[in-house]
Amino acid sequence: MSIALRKRHVLGEASLDRGAYSPTNTSSAPATPRLAVDNVTLEYRTRQHVVKATQQVSFNVQEGDRFVLLGPSGCGKSTLLKAIAGFLTPAEGSIRLDGNTIHGPGPDRIVVFQEFDQLPPWKTVKQNVMFPLVASRTLGRKAAEQRALKTLEKVGLGRFADAYPHTLSGGMKQRVAIARALAMRPRVLLMDEPFAALDALTRRKMQEELLALWEQEGFTLLFVTHSIEEAQIIGNRVLLLSPHPGRVRAELGCAEDSLHSLGSEATKARTQTIHRLLFENEVAP
Amino acid sequence: MSVHDLRGPVDPRVDRFFDLPPVDVRELKVARSVGQRLWDQSVVRKTVILLLLVVAWEVVARVQNNPLMLPSAMETASALWHGLASGVLLARVSASLSVLLKGFALGAFLALALTTLAVSTRIGRDLLTTLTSMFSPLPAIALLPLALLWFGLGEASLIFVLVHSVLWAMAINIHAGFQGVSETLRMAGRNYGLKGLRYVAFILIPAALPALLAGLKIGWAFAWRTLIAAELVFGASSGKGGLGWYIFQNRNELYTDNVFAGLVVVIVIGLLVENIIFDSVERLTVKRWGMVR
Repeated sequence: MSIALRKRHVLGEASLDRGAYSPTNTSSAPATPRLAVDNVTLEYRTRQHVVKATQQVSFNVQEGDRFVLLGPSGCGKSTLLKAIAGFLTPAEGSIRLDGNTIHGPGPDRIVVFQEFDQLPPWKTVKQNVMFPLVASRTLGRKAAEQRALKTLEKVGLGRFADAYPHTLSGGMKQRVAIARALAMRPRVLLMDEPFAALDALTRRKMQEELLALWEQEGFTLLFVTHSIEEAQIIGNRVLLLSPHPGRVRAELGCAEDSLHSLGSEATKARTQTIHRLLFENEVAP
Repeated sequence: MSVHDLRGPVDPRVDRFFDLPPVDVRELKVARSVGQRLWDQSVVRKTVILLLLVVAWEVVARVQNNPLMLPSAMETASALWHGLASGVLLARVSASLSVLLKGFALGAFLALALTTLAVSTRIGRDLLTTLTSMFSPLPAIALLPLALLWFGLGEASLIFVLVHSVLWAMAINIHAGFQGVSETLRMAGRNYGLKGLRYVAFILIPAALPALLAGLKIGWAFAWRTLIAAELVFGASSGKGGLGWYIFQNRNELYTDNVFAGLVVVIVIGLLVENIIFDSVERLTVKRWGMVR
């Protein structure tokens, strides 16, 4: 009885302070996780078959986490992210945001996609960032414009507010998409291999910038990648998914690994561990 | 030593380094000649084409030397001038255009409504595809006798055949445009909570604008053709004939130069709408947004 009461209390608090990151509840009993994925099995339908993409995947993302889903292509990690975004309904299990089961897409979970065409080409950079704020009726036009400009400053695109997306480079387009997502202050920011279509130099720079933004803003991030290195750099926790169908192979903490520790023994050892966990079942060539 | 030893034999080439002096800015950008820049303007190129065609017409007409069969460009120009000066031609044009715009607007609206229904529900999609495959091949003129029976001699009959000629072609285009909208953009729209009509208005219509404009252009051309043909067939009602009636009447009286003047007006209006209205809309929208080159 008392536990139920306390839970409700925590819930009420969480819904009051939207977006702000405060590392509370570290010592006391664990609060409701920001995102709870519970025994989720996902299927998609082709003309002839029902294909299982993930099987009974469970994990929790806490507030302020940089949670990475890592796995080889075809392990269903993108499908899982789409289900969390609400584009797919699980065949089994449940996905809960702040304790509430997810029904369909919503502006409390903003997705940054890999594809550059996620930015409507008929809107300028500023209008693109304002778009979800206005479309979801989160803010009025004036307030949305102010927040858009402020967020664009943060990602270093203040000067390009009135440019159209087709005049930008790939990295800049992804910065716009990130600014657009951050401006919404979502409960969880979902990123589906956002840097995979960029060249290596730009990708490295974007990883640094994303981490710097996280330091500033303290958002909760769920990040999908197939690069072990990127997972270690970006994440504080990594969930390893097995190849088809995706099942949880391991969940590791990797908060110590960063861009600056790439050469260190501990980071290298963790890379080895992850590699072994992902690929040990494959037949050696 | 294995064949694949990466070190291999010693490379005799030495490392090279250069000091780069600053470049003269004037060499980076060289102005192109006035002639080249003029030729870059499509207006200039199109005008040249038109002038060449007129010259060819004039030459052929003079060689033929039979104004009853083929009046020359000069004779047509003078007939056109007289027609415009007397006000007859302008009255005919405005009569045609007012019917045309009504039919075109109604057809475009219905096409948009039908395609919106088609992207919202499965049965709507089946309805659209079935109707378009049934009616699209049916010539509008073939429906004219029926229209006259139903709506009588008047504007309503003309608008009916105009809507028929515009609607299906435009619906096919708009629907193809909607279906071509990228999955990522769709998901982004739904992610922000857009649904139903707002989703169509804020995501699908702008994203499909190139196809929408193509549909409008085709619809416009179909409407023009149908209207002129319909007027030729059933003529005028209560003395308010359009351009097609003007052409028909003058042919009966063997004023071939006036027939040509009427045809030239049809052509000129087509050119103006295409090159001024549609081009400006494209320049301000899809070209500016980088959706079309």
